[in-house]
Amino acid sequence: MSKPIVRLVTCGSVDDGKSTLIGRLLVETDSIPHDSVASARLVRRSGSTIKAGEIDFSLLTDGLEAEREQGITIDVAYRSMFLLNGRRLIIADAPGHEQYTRNMVVAASRADVALVLLDASRGIRTQTLRHLMICSLMGIGRIAIVINKLDAVGYAEEIYEKIKRDLTKSINRLEIKDFQFIPVSALVGDNIVLRSEAMPWYTGPTLLEYIQYWEKSPAGRSRARLGIQMISRAENFRGVAGTVINGEFTVGDEVITLPTRRRATIARIVTFDGDLERAEESRAVTLVLEPDVDATRGDVIELAEDFTEPADRFNATVVWLGEPELIHSRSYLLISGSTQVPAMVTKIRHKVNINTGKHEVTQTLKMNEIGVVEIATDALIALDTYKSCRESGNFILVDRSTMNTVGAGMIEHVLRRSSNITKQEYEINQQSRALQKNQRARVLWLTGLPGSGKSTIANALEKQLFAMGLHSYVLDGDNVRLGLNKDLGFIKEDRAENVRRVSEVARLMSDAGLIVIVALVSPFAADRDQARSLFDQGEFLEVWINTSADVCTIRDPKGLYKKAAAGSIPNLTGVGQEYEPPANAELVLDGTAPIEENVKRLIEIIL
Amino acid sequence: MLGSPQILQMLEDESIEILREAAAAFRKPVLLYSIGKDSSVLLHLARKAFYPGPIPFPMLHVDTTWKFREMISFRDQIVKEYGLNLLVHTNQAGVDEKVNPFTSGISEYTRVMKTVALRQALDEHGFDVAIGGSRRDEERSRAKERIFSVRESGHRWDPRQQRPELWRTYNPRLAPGQSMRVFPLSDWTELDVWHYIYLNEIPVNPLYFAKERLVVTRGQQLIMVDDERYPLLENEKPELRQIRFRTLGCYPLTAAVESTANSVKEILDEVMEVKLSERATRLIDGDKEDSMEKKKSEGYF
Repeated sequence: MSKPIVRLVTCGSVDDGKSTLIGRLLVETDSIPHDSVASARLVRRSGSTIKAGEIDFSLLTDGLEAEREQGITIDVAYRSMFLLNGRRLIIADAPGHEQYTRNMVVAASRADVALVLLDASRGIRTQTLRHLMICSLMGIGRIAIVINKLDAVGYAEEIYEKIKRDLTKSINRLEIKDFQFIPVSALVGDNIVLRSEAMPWYTGPTLLEYIQYWEKSPAGRSRARLGIQMISRAENFRGVAGTVINGEFTVGDEVITLPTRRRATIARIVTFDGDLERAEESRAVTLVLEPDVDATRGDVIELAEDFTEPADRFNATVVWLGEPELIHSRSYLLISGSTQVPAMVTKIRHKVNINTGKHEVTQTLKMNEIGVVEIATDALIALDTYKSCRESGNFILVDRSTMNTVGAGMIEHVLRRSSNITKQEYEINQQSRALQKNQRARVLWLTGLPGSGKSTIANALEKQLFAMGLHSYVLDGDNVRLGLNKDLGFIKEDRAENVRRVSEVARLMSDAGLIVIVALVSPFAADRDQARSLFDQGEFLEVWINTSADVCTIRDPKGLYKKAAAGSIPNLTGVGQEYEPPANAELVLDGTAPIEENVKRLIEIIL
Repeated sequence: MLGSPQILQMLEDESIEILREAAAAFRKPVLLYSIGKDSSVLLHLARKAFYPGPIPFPMLHVDTTWKFREMISFRDQIVKEYGLNLLVHTNQAGVDEKVNPFTSGISEYTRVMKTVALRQALDEHGFDVAIGGSRRDEERSRAKERIFSVRESGHRWDPRQQRPELWRTYNPRLAPGQSMRVFPLSDWTELDVWHYIYLNEIPVNPLYFAKERLVVTRGQQLIMVDDERYPLLENEKPELRQIRFRTLGCYPLTAAVESTANSVKEILDEVMEVKLSERATRLIDGDKEDSMEKKKSEGYF
């Protein structure tokens, strides 16, 4: 299938002459306005050796102020270019340095063709191997290995041949099938658009030829798929609107909604320009289903005869993009297309050394690191493997408090474990258990600094509830650490796991119809949000015991602050570790107010 | 060189996907309608994206009070024809202080009447996403901007803190104080826009077509004298010239080009020939390299 738009990622650094190469491609295909070209003849970087009046091609591609100052490329820049066979090329220009690996991953994520650039006079470098590895990881099918600055080495064939020989081994190891070595000089213009006179020994395609004759290879096993973005409603009309991600749909096809597994037939394929008989890949359409099954945004539609089995456990390769490192057991938001679901990394199998490809043991992933992990989602989701289809096998991870995109994932395979455990439905439910006790099941989550008064308040509250004939239980942070959580310490990861376990126990107790009082420092907003996500609206009440650090230090009921001051507790919240105050707590209590008053306010929100 | 119609089909489908995502993933979207050709295309795409339903969000026009008169009449005509919900906002404080393009200085005028006005309108209505027609080929800092582009509090764009954007999986989530800009036309070029207008017979503003209009010359640029507020030099008499506009904005800041093109087909031919970046006809961008990046970090669209 011929795609009218080809997407290219360019990898390499300024030192390799990348900006010059792209600049030349743009100018020689007449893809850039003439006044921009004129300005590149006039403007000069400080220290530039390019003669006045000649085009400094590199000026045509660098955008941001900081980049021009430093002479390097920091973020991804996008350019449109004409290919000479009537197609369109969209270039995503990625920075080359190791600290910008994440930007390169961004640029590579949509690319059909990659251009890996290296300098003939310097030969293969670590970054060349890193670029090839990332291209292979991101599933790019066609790679041009462009050896630049041949003019600086006298157009010597041996140099080209040696690089080619040495690099082919790595390429075979990475299982890259479609690749081509191209000797060029971006500065002079050899083998970019015009064939070089200076290298008669090279008979392969020019760079432009290699790019523009790319064709999408038919995928091995690809299922027809449409992601539902929204429900389209009009008078006497209801349809599901979305884009055909893969394959095609025809009127009359029997389809299934995922993960909900409702079957229906495609009655109409609606567009503004008239109904279609067939919706091909990449078309944005609206399907009318018969019967009009209950589908929502985030669901996926596939053909009923062969569909992706929804699951909630996956093996995935993850590229870490966030400044704060990956935390095991912390809840992130997983987004794939229009589907959003809370998820956590349950295991980090290993990280991959991006320069050598070797596997290394690790407890976490830092920014720009790549690892293989196990992911568990809170709900079933129909993800396929990245290898079989990029758009149905990708996801991003979002930090639930900053909402930043912190991880990019590619599904390696689906773990079937989850489908062997079926949730048992019992006829006596939470509501009937609570009703029997004349109460409503609740979780009161008391959070605050050590010494803020959580345990004292919890104790007084429980006494009051007991006197009122209500059934409750206190889950106290210290007590839980004596048993269930005695294997956990106080580093960030362990705190996340501590909160996760306590929230799961609270869920069981709430399901038993109890009023659960949790007294736990729980310093991180993301962990508390994750706890909240386990409960129905109104069931979980976050209560911030707001007592100043000074007061807590003076109270110091367990002598913790003294020990921290002496240096024997490095991770004490409020001292060695920060406390993130809740932004949307249901109730904020002043920890220095009379205890009866605080209990009264708590009783009010419970009842 | 014109690309194949298949290119436009693919661009259209991707833009529709982006528009639907912006409409469905946010609480309160708005489409910034600036009356120009890109807005015309964006509006047309929005009608397609939600068909047979109506466009599920209002349009917003930031009126500086210095727009061409023909822009306002065209705007009102389109609103009526398509039954659109249009909001118009002007920075009244700026009007009261008589901020204008002549004596206030161009960058101060732009800041008060465009940037601040836009921030006021977005805050007043509590829009969490604003959809705009900017393209990556317009200007260098645009080339680096994401399709879903986060604004920090005060609507600031921080180019160094852009969220990674991968595949076609967009992150529409916002932290408190943040808002989003969405650019469905990111991958389109000026030529694509005209080609699409041609093939879809989309109505565009008459100022794009060549006609005899009253102009004065300022430096190298031809400025149309659209009303009596334009300060003429002593003994200066505006002259009639056959001109048209490549971009539309505030009339004292938008230069015309001499042209005879008076159909979309002729404009298409001209754009293929001329090869001048369209922002060359905008006075506000030319004052300093990188001025666009600067304005955007203050909250400009």
